[in-house]
This record gives sequence, C-alpha cells and structure tokens, in this order.
Amino acid sequence: MTFPALPALVCTGVRHRFGDHVALDGIDLTVEDGELFGLLGPNGAGKTTLIRLLTTQLPLQEGSIAVVGRDVRTAQMAIRRTLGYVPQQLSIEGALTGRENVGWFARLFDVPRHERKERVASVLETMGLADAADRLAGTYSGGMIRRLELAQALVNRPSLLVLDEPTVGLDPIARDSVWRRVEELRTATGMTVVLTTHYMEEADALCDRVALMHLGTIRAEGAPSDLKASVAADATLEDVFRHYTGGSLDAETGGGLRDIRRTRRTASRVG
Amino acid sequence: MSAEVAPSLWLRFPSRVATFCIVELQKLSHDRTELFTRAVQPILWLLVFGETFNRIHAIPTGHVRYLDFLAPGVIAQSGLFVAIFYGIQIIWERDAGVLTKLLVTPTPRAALILGKAFAAGIRALAQVIMVLIVSAIIGVALTTNPVHILGVLVIVVLGSAFFSCLSMTIAGIVLKRERLMGIGQMITMPLFFASNALYPVSVMPDWLRVLSKVNPLSYEVDALRGLLIGTHADLPLDFLVLLLAVVVGVTAASALVDRLAR
Repeated sequence: MTFPALPALVCTGVRHRFGDHVALDGIDLTVEDGELFGLLGPNGAGKTTLIRLLTTQLPLQEGSIAVVGRDVRTAQMAIRRTLGYVPQQLSIEGALTGRENVGWFARLFDVPRHERKERVASVLETMGLADAADRLAGTYSGGMIRRLELAQALVNRPSLLVLDEPTVGLDPIARDSVWRRVEELRTATGMTVVLTTHYMEEADALCDRVALMHLGTIRAEGAPSDLKASVAADATLEDVFRHYTGGSLDAETGGGLRDIRRTRRTASRVG
Repeated sequence: MSAEVAPSLWLRFPSRVATFCIVELQKLSHDRTELFTRAVQPILWLLVFGETFNRIHAIPTGHVRYLDFLAPGVIAQSGLFVAIFYGIQIIWERDAGVLTKLLVTPTPRAALILGKAFAAGIRALAQVIMVLIVSAIIGVALTTNPVHILGVLVIVVLGSAFFSCLSMTIAGIVLKRERLMGIGQMITMPLFFASNALYPVSVMPDWLRVLSKVNPLSYEVDALRGLLIGTHADLPLDFLVLLLAVVVGVTAASALVDRLAR
C-alpha cells in the first residue's frame, strides 16, 4: 500500500504586516510534491516575505504554513533540516574556496563525517564546479557563485529547494546555465522547487505552475499555458499579469529602499 | 531526498562551535596578512611604551619588571581589539545574505552566536601567539609551564568570546556598520584604560577602581598575569567572571540576531 506524498507547501490565510504596511493579505497556496512552482510579481508584491515565512526567518503572524507536513510555528528546526535555500543576495564567503563553502554547510546540516567529503564533491560536480572547487570563491564569476550557492543548498539533500530571485543580475548565458542545472537536478531527483522571479519568460519556460502576486495577494494561479489561454490565444505571461492586476511588472509598486538596494547590490556583485 | 538525522541539542552546540572555528582557521590560512598588520600595534605598545616605562620606573609594580607586568595586558588588549570589531563581520554577513542562509540551517541562535564568539577567540588566539613570541624575544619573563600556557589560551578565548558577543550585541542594536565602527572605537580605549592592563588597580583613583571592578578585561588581565608571570591572581574568580560574561553576552547577542537579519 502506498500513501500519496504530502504537499511540499500549504499556506492557508497567511497575513503579514510590517507596522502599518500589509505585506501579505490572505495567501492560500498549495505546492505539490515534485512541482517547480514560481511566485511571480514585481518588487513589493510580497514574494520575499512569503519566502521568509516559509523558511522560518520571520515569525508567522496570522494563518498557517505547513512545509512537507510540518507547521512553521512548532517545527522550525525540522523544517530547516528539509530545506535548501538560496537568498537573493550572492551569499558566499569569498575568503573560502568553493569546496570549503560547501563543506561549511555540510557541517551545519550535520552531514555525517564519513560521507561529508564525498557528498561535497558530488554536489560540486553536479553544479559543474569540480575543476574550480579549490579556488577562492571570491574569484568566481556571477554564474559560478550562483551554482556554488545551489551546491551549498543541495548538500543536505533537501525535500524543498527555495530560490529567491536566483538569476537577478546574471547575464543571459549565466542565467541559462543556472536554470539548466536546476532542471537537470529536478529531473534526476524529483525535488520540489519554489522560486521567485520577475522574469516572466523564464517562469513560462520552466515552471509547472505559477502564482501571480500583486500587493500582497495572489491574483491568479495555475499552469502558465492555462493562464495564458484564459486571457487570449497568443497571450504571454506578462499579458496575464497585466490582465489580472491592471499593471505591469515594471510598475512602481514599491518593495522599499531595502529591496531595491539588495537587488542593486547583487547585480553589482555579479557584474 | 533525505534529511540528515538530527543530533541532540547538546551535541549540536559543540558541533556548531567546532564548525565556526574550522571556518575561521580556513579563512586565516588563505590570508595571513591581517595577522601581521594587526600585530604591529601590540608590538609597539611593548617595544615603545613598555620599554620606556620600564626604564623610568614611573608605575609602581612591586618586584615585577614593568615590561613583564605590561605583557599580559597587551595580550589581553590584542584579543580585545580583534574581538570588539567582530560585529562588523556579522553586519557584512547580513548585507551579503550569508546570515540569512545561516539562520535557515538547523542551528539554534545561541549556537550560532557561540560558534561565532569562539571563532573570534580562535582569531584572537592566532594574534596573541604572535604577541607571546615577540614578548619572549624581547625578554619578558614568561612561564614555560604547559598547563599555565593552556590556561592562557583558555582565558584569551573566553575574553575574546565575550568582547565579540558585546560587539555582536551592539551590531544587533545599531544595525549599521558605520555606527558600530564609531561605538567600537568609542568603547575600546575606555575598556582598556579602565582595566589593570597598563597599571595596577592600587594606583587608580576610586572612581576608576569601580569601573575596573566591573570590567571583564580586568579579570582577563589578572588571570593572564597570574598564569604568565606568576603574580598573585584569583584564578577561579577570574575564570568564573569571564565564563559568566560569555553566557550573558551569548544570551544578549542571540536575542538580537533575528532583529539584525530582519
């Protein structure tokens, strides 16, 4: 007898405020096991707040979130153990080699000592960084840094991989390289991936399903092909977004100085 | 996909401390220039200030030569200077997204701070070993007792761990690198002068004695002096005060680390 896999993520009635500002206003969302799910929207839509809630970085104020069946309020450590996370900023330690960067996270995730070396080498190989593994990460290109972050995020063999704007600031070749690795990884492992992006064409090509977020709410949700068909025969996801929100991804919807600074900092670091 | 087996909370703390210490040693192994540049200031204190005051006998240190009296103070100061700016590193890690990523690992906040505090201790230790070597070269009458040397290393790590926690606590309050730099510079010299690092407590005015009594650096210097040059020291009290200071420091910094990440 086999049991159906638990959904990777279930959000019910999630609301979150920063002072008077409502960042999330009643988010209901389910991501099934094995899906590649995209949260799309401009700065200030609430994507990163939702990511920070489900990765236990922020305390949940209202509603419920279950990650692989575990409640973010009561099982934070267990949830962190099942997560792989790549934040928007380029978050590697440039004073360590690629191998040391991954080894650091292998230790923090309690990868057993007898398999640590092999596991680190394996994820570096998967991300195409085996030849550069013993170079200081500070000498890596933007695309290599992102792949090194993916290697770090995969070293604990997570059930859910969370990517926050993983290709922001990367040139098209580096973006393609990052997405190719994510695709290969998913094909090989069936891992669930939740990502945020404001590159609609990437989401269209890669995601099984997407949620279009605007001002803290989900305006539409479904497979990109279904969403496009619901608007017009030749519609793009950008058209879908405009249809459901009345605006575009370039609209000045906010996001705050800190978001903008973070994006610019990341973009400038990847050159 | 499979997650790792969770070790017990008590095993996780030493495991995380070891991890952060290893990372610090790896960083040091790739760039040793900081060790040499940071060694300049303590060496100047010993060679210029120490040698000069040794000659003029201006500070009454009993039967102990002033240079011998000063060396443990300079060693403690050296650790203090390394540790007090450690909060800048955590702010840098916040800005670079590294802190966010660390907070999403199965690491309790207190274990994260304790790990970073001991990593600061390891960095200070590398610094202090250089100062010890220079002290031996210029003729400071240092102990050769291995147990006492081990005690010195423990005290330096504890002292630096506390001051790095103080720095990370301030980082959690002020949140900005520039503010932390200013406050770090503002408190470093008062901490140093309001301790027994440069002169004995007996020559201090009463108000300074009170400050010295509540200054953990005084207890660190007292222990180092007792262990390194054999002066009278209340080692159990010194050790307990430093241990308690580390516990308080880790508690305060852990309570503020989420604020820093937000």
